[in-house]
Amino acid sequence: MATVPLRVTLEDPAGTTISRAQALWLTMKRKPLGAVSAALLVVIVLTAIFADVLAPYDPLATQPEIRLSAPSRAHPFGTDDIGRDVLSRIIYGSRISLWVGLLAVGIGTAAGMVIGLLCGYCEGRLDLIVQRVMDAIQAIPGLVLALAIVSVLKPSTTNAMLAIAIVIIPGNSRIVRGAVLSAKQNRYVEAAQALGCRHPRIIATHILPNVTAPILVIASIWLGNAILIEATLSFLGVGTQPPTPSWGLMLSSTGRAFMEQAPWLAIFPGLAISLAVLGFNLFGDTLRDAWDPKLRRQG
Amino acid sequence: MHKYVIRRLLLAIPVLLLSSLIVFGLMRVMPGDALIALMGESGNVGQKELAKLRKDLGLDRPYHEQYLLWLWQMVSFNPGDSIFTNEPVSLRKAIPVTLELATLAMVIGLVIAVPVGVLSATRQDKPSDYVGRIVAVSGLSIPDFWLGTLVITFSAIWVHWIPPIGYVSFWDSPWRNLQQFLLPAAVLGYRLAAATMRMTRSTVLETLREDYVRTAWAKGLAGRIVVYKHALKNALIPVVTIIGGQLGTLLAGTFVVEQIFALPGMGRLTVEAILYRDYPVVQTNVMLVAATLVTLNLIVDLTYAWLDPRIRYQ
Repeated sequence: MATVPLRVTLEDPAGTTISRAQALWLTMKRKPLGAVSAALLVVIVLTAIFADVLAPYDPLATQPEIRLSAPSRAHPFGTDDIGRDVLSRIIYGSRISLWVGLLAVGIGTAAGMVIGLLCGYCEGRLDLIVQRVMDAIQAIPGLVLALAIVSVLKPSTTNAMLAIAIVIIPGNSRIVRGAVLSAKQNRYVEAAQALGCRHPRIIATHILPNVTAPILVIASIWLGNAILIEATLSFLGVGTQPPTPSWGLMLSSTGRAFMEQAPWLAIFPGLAISLAVLGFNLFGDTLRDAWDPKLRRQG
Repeated sequence: MHKYVIRRLLLAIPVLLLSSLIVFGLMRVMPGDALIALMGESGNVGQKELAKLRKDLGLDRPYHEQYLLWLWQMVSFNPGDSIFTNEPVSLRKAIPVTLELATLAMVIGLVIAVPVGVLSATRQDKPSDYVGRIVAVSGLSIPDFWLGTLVITFSAIWVHWIPPIGYVSFWDSPWRNLQQFLLPAAVLGYRLAAATMRMTRSTVLETLREDYVRTAWAKGLAGRIVVYKHALKNALIPVVTIIGGQLGTLLAGTFVVEQIFALPGMGRLTVEAILYRDYPVVQTNVMLVAATLVTLNLIVDLTYAWLDPRIRYQ
């Protein structure tokens, strides 16, 4: 696994070097899809933060007299089987999705980074044993493992988040381990060791900066997947529990039950999930294009 | 080569043992157990009956004994009885369903992915490339369960047709069987196609810039021969890798798609068993999936040598 430099070399004859932020900015200017994805993510994040202000109704308030109303000016996304406003529930649902995505990826990335750093730096028996455990976890499909973990911990949003974090750890630890093994070959690491630097210092100051870029790229791609897994777990009934508004739960509880009678109950939550995942996937691609010189050429 | 295969198979043993420990451990720390779920269905049952039943099922034994017994049952292809149905855990009916679904999805995925990926690469930055890329990135973002729900809804509303419910084997009625499997396989195949399409485009683009491809063009070879014979074959290794990586997603996808399309496969069986804490069924199914993935990954690695004769395993 190639490490990504702190500064990125531009492909011009002069070989100019620029910071990562500048590389990202230039990539977004060159590829408008990257800018669109960034804008989409900003909209989703703002929607989650200002859900209280943006939602036209209380997402839990029921009005049985207007149940299953088609989209109208008063209720742009229609109402569900007990008269709750679908738009308001989708706006509040963005909080759950983002919260689960950010925390699950944060925990999974941090744990994966610690494991990967230790395995890659120490190598030997510790590496061999820990990597076999990671192999064993990875041998079980992520969704199945998450499903089993949530069943153990009791279905809830927090536990779904923890389950997703556990699923993320092995893959991230592998990537960090690879980057550490590669970074260790650098002369300055050997020099630091020869000078008698302590291991924690070498890891923190010489190795860690080399692994942050790949881990950030992978984390951004994992965010989309985390949102997808949370929605799937909620869809299967072991994620967020009713009446909390969650996109996956909205699809499984009312979306499927009334799909012929009220298709908007299935369309809008699904669209929200797809747009959020699309935003993170495209942004992850943009980050990779900006920070991975090998991939940048491929367009 | 033989040595390599044997070494990989030997390495798979500790990995599968560790996976079995993880699955077994998870099932045992679950709150409540299958008996409580089972008794909840059948009404009030006294502690005495519960203890007797627990003893009959071997659930009163120490965990290490239960684990070793289960391992022995797995190795001897007799994974015990389902706690819920009280019948031997039999995957004989479920395996063909999942296998058919996954194979069809894989075929549909590859039939779409490789030509579209090549087309996207050969027409880089043209409208057809943009369409291909949008289709690919959407496939990675649209949840299987939403796409499945939409497909059923709109085929019911617009075409007034829904896939027949209840599984019929291909050998009993091929037409009815295909009617049942085509839509779920297409839903599952779309996701697989998306990842493969992106990788095909990316690697074909890279290969098209190689010197030997330029030489092939210079020799005056037909475009189709340059792209498919020279560029594609050499671009296939990363594509095979991504397909290998997608196998887990494909198997996990069957868990969701089987629920939506009411197909009685392993995925549906496992999800139901997890919800009812039916240990033997969950353990057996998950271990089978893990063993399948480990084997498929080995096959994927061996495929590299076939695609690129320079690769020699020792």
